[in-house]
Amino acid sequence: MAGQTLYDKLWSQHLVKERGDGTALIYIDRQLLHEVTSPQAFEGLRLAGRRPWRLDANLATPDHNVPTTLKERAEGNAGIKDPTSLIQVQTLDDNCVEFGIEEYKINDPRQGIVHVVGPEQGATLPGMTVVCGDSHTATHGAFGALAHGIGTSEVEHVLATQCLLAQKMKNMQVRVEGELGTGVTAKDIVLAIIGRIGTAGGTGCAIEFAGNAIRDLSMEGRMTVCNMAIEAGARVGLIAVDDTTIDYLRDRHYAPTAGQWEAAVADWKALVSDADAKFDKVVTLDAAEIEPQVSWGTSPEMVTGISGEVPDPADSADETVQRGYSRALEYMGLAPKQKITDIRLDKVFIGSCTNSRIEDLREAAKMAKGKKVADSIKLAMVVPGSGLVKRQAEAEGLDRIFIDAGFEWREPGCSMCLAMNADKLGAGEHCASTSNRNFEGRQGYGGRTHLVSPAMAAAAAIAGNFVDVRGLGKDGAANDPTHVQEA
Amino acid sequence: MKTFERHEGLVAPLDRANVDTDLIIPKQFLKSIKRTGFGVNLFDELRYLDEGEPGQDVSQRPLNPDFVLNQPRYQGASVLLTRRNFGCGSSREHAPWALEDFGFQAVIAPSFADIFYNNAFKNGILLIPLTEDTVERLFAEVAASEGYRLDVDLENQRVITPAGEIIEFEVDSFRKQCLLEGLDDIGITLKDEDAIRTFQDKHRAARPWLFRDSA
Repeated sequence: MAGQTLYDKLWSQHLVKERGDGTALIYIDRQLLHEVTSPQAFEGLRLAGRRPWRLDANLATPDHNVPTTLKERAEGNAGIKDPTSLIQVQTLDDNCVEFGIEEYKINDPRQGIVHVVGPEQGATLPGMTVVCGDSHTATHGAFGALAHGIGTSEVEHVLATQCLLAQKMKNMQVRVEGELGTGVTAKDIVLAIIGRIGTAGGTGCAIEFAGNAIRDLSMEGRMTVCNMAIEAGARVGLIAVDDTTIDYLRDRHYAPTAGQWEAAVADWKALVSDADAKFDKVVTLDAAEIEPQVSWGTSPEMVTGISGEVPDPADSADETVQRGYSRALEYMGLAPKQKITDIRLDKVFIGSCTNSRIEDLREAAKMAKGKKVADSIKLAMVVPGSGLVKRQAEAEGLDRIFIDAGFEWREPGCSMCLAMNADKLGAGEHCASTSNRNFEGRQGYGGRTHLVSPAMAAAAAIAGNFVDVRGLGKDGAANDPTHVQEA
Repeated sequence: MKTFERHEGLVAPLDRANVDTDLIIPKQFLKSIKRTGFGVNLFDELRYLDEGEPGQDVSQRPLNPDFVLNQPRYQGASVLLTRRNFGCGSSREHAPWALEDFGFQAVIAPSFADIFYNNAFKNGILLIPLTEDTVERLFAEVAASEGYRLDVDLENQRVITPAGEIIEFEVDSFRKQCLLEGLDDIGITLKDEDAIRTFQDKHRAARPWLFRDSA
């Protein structure tokens, strides 16, 4: 019999019952809750007279709607100007009190984006099943946890039963071998993968990311890669457990206590795919060939390297693709064959569950240090992923670097990734964004999003257009002075 | 959940691949704490010429005359015909809530995104995957014939065209039963309450660190 994949192992460790109809009951270890996708689930429990099955499995924090300016946040919930946003955040608070669920409220230093907070607290552990009413729950797979987004009906189902009705996914492996170039990051890896396999390339699959370029990533980098598995169509992204995983978790708030640590580590070390495991699909990328990536269109698969150009729809053989490209270019206000470095930018957003962790902020700060945001940039903002990330960044002086360069330094939340709060793009504005989706209207009505890494976003803020961060030396010193405005 | 057995309805074509859930229902409408009322904002950015806000009187908003659902011939449509990877992106269940509230009961496409697929069935919307070629042909038939309707028969897993052509489709047996009988998932799962408790006890004994209250 062939060996098991990591996904197979996690599936069988949580299998409560297989039913004859091709579905199974899977036990859920952790549910993360936020204000947008939970109110109707709690309401469903109330209407049916049900209580949560297991309180300690749940952890909640508001993130999508929270304002990010210090002035607004100083007022707590009362600082939320939009009455509908306020009701949603207040409803989460009320539901958590009513049902007895632990919540990091708006100004708790532990508050932040759920997918930053969970790992940071050790609430995400290897070998867990983790769900959340948010598609970027794939992030937690970086820890060798089986994690995926669910809808609100399923949020209610997990609250009520601690289980999910599931069908086993297919196994897909994406291998990234070789060494990344200087300045090329986890974000570039995952964008390159999506560019290769497309936004439906992983549909129906759990994608395990493997290969030495993945192994060489920090936990922050691995979370960035798994986070965007959903942008390749896969609900689940996974990375095997190794010493990097274990070192990250030591001493986290909810990590196993001293008495359980050794047993937990021994258990976690088995969370790798067996050498003879069979995958339904394998895709391999050469890390050395990956350039810093920039998306040019309205789907994450519409992406290319910094040295590239916007494609000409006429070059595609598939009519559906041609129409999609033409529509995307019209929406984005770009011309076929336009060079990526010639795209002028209006705003820059560094943040989101993809890229708002401490390492992301360090990489961005390297590019910003001693520089000034270009005059043509209307707004460049840095939004840390959690109160604790913000605190750490401030301890390292990163906030000063950003502020001195002309960036706004904000309070934690989802912010302009999806613009449910006041942080948004105006119609027609081009934004270099470290977020995960460049869909039409995603960052604001008529807004034009270009997905990039934190270093690429910060360098673009300084230059006013996209620049190749590989051309920028240590501390952001420019090798190509024509593209970087000196401070 | 409402049942779905057989439905005969007007078909509206949305000729676009990779329709994401942000496009189906933009984020500003996710601030509602209810499950209903999303239909007027379905495809908001395509449907209206201005930027929508929650709670607006949509009858005062300028409609985009080019958008398919605004065209007179597609008024009252209840079957949506579209392209591959429909429903990609965010897990928001507001997307099927909006489709259902608008009046769509079935969606036909070459493929659907995973999370949307689950969410749609949980709200009584039947998703029908057909081959690219068949979908292409249906687009042509809809364009050629005003008032084009399809008869969707879930029990026998087939779609019947106005010309009487029968197109078979796949649906997994569990979801089919749930739609036919209008079953409540949570109620079904709780019938296995004992099995869940037995599993949980074993799981806790083997991996106590997964339980915050047993640390």
